[in-house]
Amino acid sequence: MSQPSPEGDAGHRGAVVALERVTKRYGPPGTPAAVDELTLTIPAGEICVLVGPSGCGKTTTMKMVNRLIEPTAGTITIDGEDVMRLPAVELRRRIGYVIQQVGLFPHLTVADNVGVVPRLLRWAPPRIHERTEELLDLVGLDPATYGPRYPAALSGGERQRVGVARALAADPPLMLMDEPFGAVDPIRRERLQNEFLRLQDKVGKTVIFVTHDVDEAIKMADRIAILQRGGILAQYDTPDAILAHPASEFVERFVGADRGLKRLSLGRVRDLALLEPVIVHAGESRADVRSRLDGVPIEYALLVDEREQPLGWIDQHDLEGSGPIDPGVASPGAPTVQPETTLRDALSAMLGSSVQLGVVVDERERVLGLISVEAISEALRAPVAETPA
Amino acid sequence: MREGQPFFRVDWIVDNLDVLARRLGEHVLVTVIAVVVGFVLSFALALLVRRFPRLYGPILGISGVLYAIPSIALFVLLIPITGLSLLTAEIALVSYTLVILVRNIVTGLRSIPPEVIEAAAGMGYTGGQRLWRVELPLALPIIVAGLRIATVTTIGLVTIATLIGRGGLGYLIVNIGINQRFPTATLVGVGLVVALSAVVDWGLLVGQRRLTPWYETRVG
Amino acid sequence: MDFLGEVLAWYAAPERWSGRDSLPALLGGHLALTIASLAVALAIALPVGLYIGHTGRAAQLVVAVSNIGRAVPSLGWLGIVYPITTGLFARSGHGFLPGLIALVALAIPPVVTNTYAGLREVDADLQEAGRGMGMTEMQLLRRVEVPAALPVILAGVRSAAVAVVATAPLMSIVGADTLGDYILAGLALGDQVEVFAAAVLVAALALLTELGLGALQRRSVSPGIAGAERGFGEPAEGAPAQPAWPG
Repeated sequence: MSQPSPEGDAGHRGAVVALERVTKRYGPPGTPAAVDELTLTIPAGEICVLVGPSGCGKTTTMKMVNRLIEPTAGTITIDGEDVMRLPAVELRRRIGYVIQQVGLFPHLTVADNVGVVPRLLRWAPPRIHERTEELLDLVGLDPATYGPRYPAALSGGERQRVGVARALAADPPLMLMDEPFGAVDPIRRERLQNEFLRLQDKVGKTVIFVTHDVDEAIKMADRIAILQRGGILAQYDTPDAILAHPASEFVERFVGADRGLKRLSLGRVRDLALLEPVIVHAGESRADVRSRLDGVPIEYALLVDEREQPLGWIDQHDLEGSGPIDPGVASPGAPTVQPETTLRDALSAMLGSSVQLGVVVDERERVLGLISVEAISEALRAPVAETPA
Repeated sequence: MREGQPFFRVDWIVDNLDVLARRLGEHVLVTVIAVVVGFVLSFALALLVRRFPRLYGPILGISGVLYAIPSIALFVLLIPITGLSLLTAEIALVSYTLVILVRNIVTGLRSIPPEVIEAAAGMGYTGGQRLWRVELPLALPIIVAGLRIATVTTIGLVTIATLIGRGGLGYLIVNIGINQRFPTATLVGVGLVVALSAVVDWGLLVGQRRLTPWYETRVG
Repeated sequence: MDFLGEVLAWYAAPERWSGRDSLPALLGGHLALTIASLAVALAIALPVGLYIGHTGRAAQLVVAVSNIGRAVPSLGWLGIVYPITTGLFARSGHGFLPGLIALVALAIPPVVTNTYAGLREVDADLQEAGRGMGMTEMQLLRRVEVPAALPVILAGVRSAAVAVVATAPLMSIVGADTLGDYILAGLALGDQVEVFAAAVLVAALALLTELGLGALQRRSVSPGIAGAERGFGEPAEGAPAQPAWPG
C-alpha cells in the first residue's frame, strides 16, 4: 500500500504529481483535443494507472509530464513545482522513463546503460558503480554476470528488468512507464509485474503507468484513471471502488461484464493461508512418502529439485510398490504462482491443470506452499473490506 | 607477364627506393586530404539531412552527378578555375567521396531503432548529447563501411591524377611504366596501390571492430 | 566569356569534323571501345555470376578475386596489359586491344558481385517453390531468380557501363582512338581550350550513359519487385555501400 510522504522532494519517497486542466490539441483551437482539461492528483508513492481504449490520450498525457509532448494548456506540477519551469532536459533527468520496447542502448554494456542518467548528472564514478550494482541486484540480475554484457545478449525479460533498473538509477521521485511489460509473453509478464510490485514496496516511487489492459491496471494500481477518447477522465479511483461502483456506462463497459471475476484481481495469493505441501526429492523411498501423505488432507506429493524448485506432482498411484521414487512419472503441474499474483490469475492458472492445487514460489522460484481452488472461492465470497496493496 | 629477359628489374627498385617512397608518400597525402575533407563535408551534409530530410534527394542527386563525371574530365574541367594544381585534384577527389559517405552516414543514423531514440530523449539527453553519445556510436559500423569504400576508391582515383601531375603512384604506372615502356615500374606501382588499399581497408575494419565491440554480439 | 567562346569555336572548327582526328572518328572509336568492352565483359561476367549465384559454389573464391580486381585501378590494368599485348602482337598490340582488355577487367567485378549478390538475396523459399513445381534449374533461374534479382543485376551492369565509359578516355594513353586523345594532346601542348572542350564531351557522354541506363533499369524491372526504384547516380553496389573485403 502506498505510503504518502509529506516531504516528497526527499527523492526516496515519491513525489506528488498534480495535473490541472491539462489539454493537448494538435491543430488550431476548435480541433478536437487529444487530451481535454484533464485534472487529477496522484498522491506521493502511489502507482496511478492510466488506462483506456486506443486514442484516449493516455500515452499523450504521460508524455506531457516529462514534456516529450508539450501541453497546449493547463499545468502539471511535481511536488508543487511547475514542469515548465525547468528546461525539459533537466526535468527528464529527474524522472524515470520506461517504454515498451525498452530502448536499451545497444552500444553500451548493461552496467553502462544503467548508469546513463547518473553520468548525465555527473555523479562520481565510484558512486555510479555502486548504484549500478545495487540496482541490478534489486531487479534480480547478478551484477558480475550481467554488468559487462551487451543488450543483444539478453532475453526479453532481462532487458525489461535492465530498463527498470536504468529508470531508477538516479533515484527519481517519479517514474513514467508506458506499457512496460507489453512486449513479453503472459507468463513472463506476470512475473515482471510481481517483481515490480515487490520493488515498489521497497522504493515507494510515484508511478504513472500506462496500459490498455484492464486486468493489469487492476493488479498494479493504487489508483486507476480511466480515460475516454479525447482524454476525458471517466473515473479516477481505487480499483476496488471502480469495480464496485463504476461511475458511468462507459466505465462499466470498459471494465467488462465480468466485474465479479475481476474483483478476484484485487485479492492476492498472499492474502490466503498457504497449505503445507509434502515435498519430496528424487530418490526418496515410496514407502516413506506414502506414510507422510497419510496424515495430510492433500493427495499429491510435490517433487522438487536440488534448488527447491518444483518439478511436478506424484500421486498415490505412482507411490505404489517399493523402491525409490521415479522422477519421470511426476506429472507437471500448472504454472507456479507468487505471493503477488492476483487470485484471478492464480485461479486461471490452476484451472488448467488436473491437480487442483497451486504451487506458490518466491522470487527464486523456490516452493513456499500450496493454495487450493476452494480457498480462492472462499475469498471470493468474503467481501473485500479494504483496498489491498 | 613473363617476357624472356630481365622483365622485372629488382635492381631498379633498389636503386629508386627514394623515388618510390616519395611517390608513395605523395599518394598517401593526396588520399588522406581528400578523404578527410570529404568526410567532414559529408558529415556536415548528413547532419543537414538529419535536420531537413527533404534535402536528401537533392544532395544525393548532385553528388551522384559529380560521381558520374569521369575523373579525368572532372580534373580537366576544373583547370580553368583552379589551374593545374593540387587543389584541382583535391576538389575532384573530394567530390567523388560525397555520394558514398553522405549516403552511408545518413543510412547509419537512420538505422538506429526508434525506441533507442525515444529512450534517449525521455531520459534527458540534450539533442547534441544524443547525437554524439548515442546516434553516432551506433551508426559507426555503417559509416566506417562507407569510409572504407570511399578511401579505396580514392586511392584508385589518385593514380589518374598523374595526368595533371599529382598522381603519386600513378606516376610509376603511367609516366614511367607505360610511357617509357618499363613494366617493372607498372607492376611496382600497381602492387603498391593494391597493397595500400588492402592495408587501409583492413586497418579501418580493425579500428571499427575495436570501437564497436557491441556490434559483433548483435542478433542477425 | 572569352574562354567559353573559344571552346564553342573549337567544336565548330572544320578540322573537328574531318580526318582521323575528327570528332566523329574519335567519338566512334570511343563508343566502339566502350561497347565492345562491355559486351565481352558481360559475356564473361554474367554467366559466372549467374552460376555462382544460383548454386552458391565457388562463391568465396570468385568474389574474393573479384574484390581484389576492384582494388586495381584502371590505369593499373592498362599498365599490366600493355606490355603483354605489345610483346605478343607488336604493332597491333597498341591502342584498341590493350584498351579493350583493361576495360573488360574493370567491368567484370561489379557485374559478378552484383549478379551474385542479387541472386543470393532471392528468397530460398522461391527456389524451393519453383523446384517443387517441377522447374528445371535453368527454368528456375530464368523465370524466377533472375527476374527477382533483376534490379541488383542491372545496377551492376549499369555500374560497369558507367565505369567503362568514364575510363575509356584513359585508353588513349596506349594509343586507342577515343575522346581522350584530345585531352592528352591538350595537356601535353598546354591547349586549355581543347582539353576543356573534350572533357565536356566526355562528361556529357558519361552522364548520358548513367541517366539512360538508369531510366532503362527502372522501366525494365517489374513493378512488383522491391528495389525497382533507384536513385540517380548512386554507386550501383546497393545501399548502404559495403566494402570490398567482407567486414
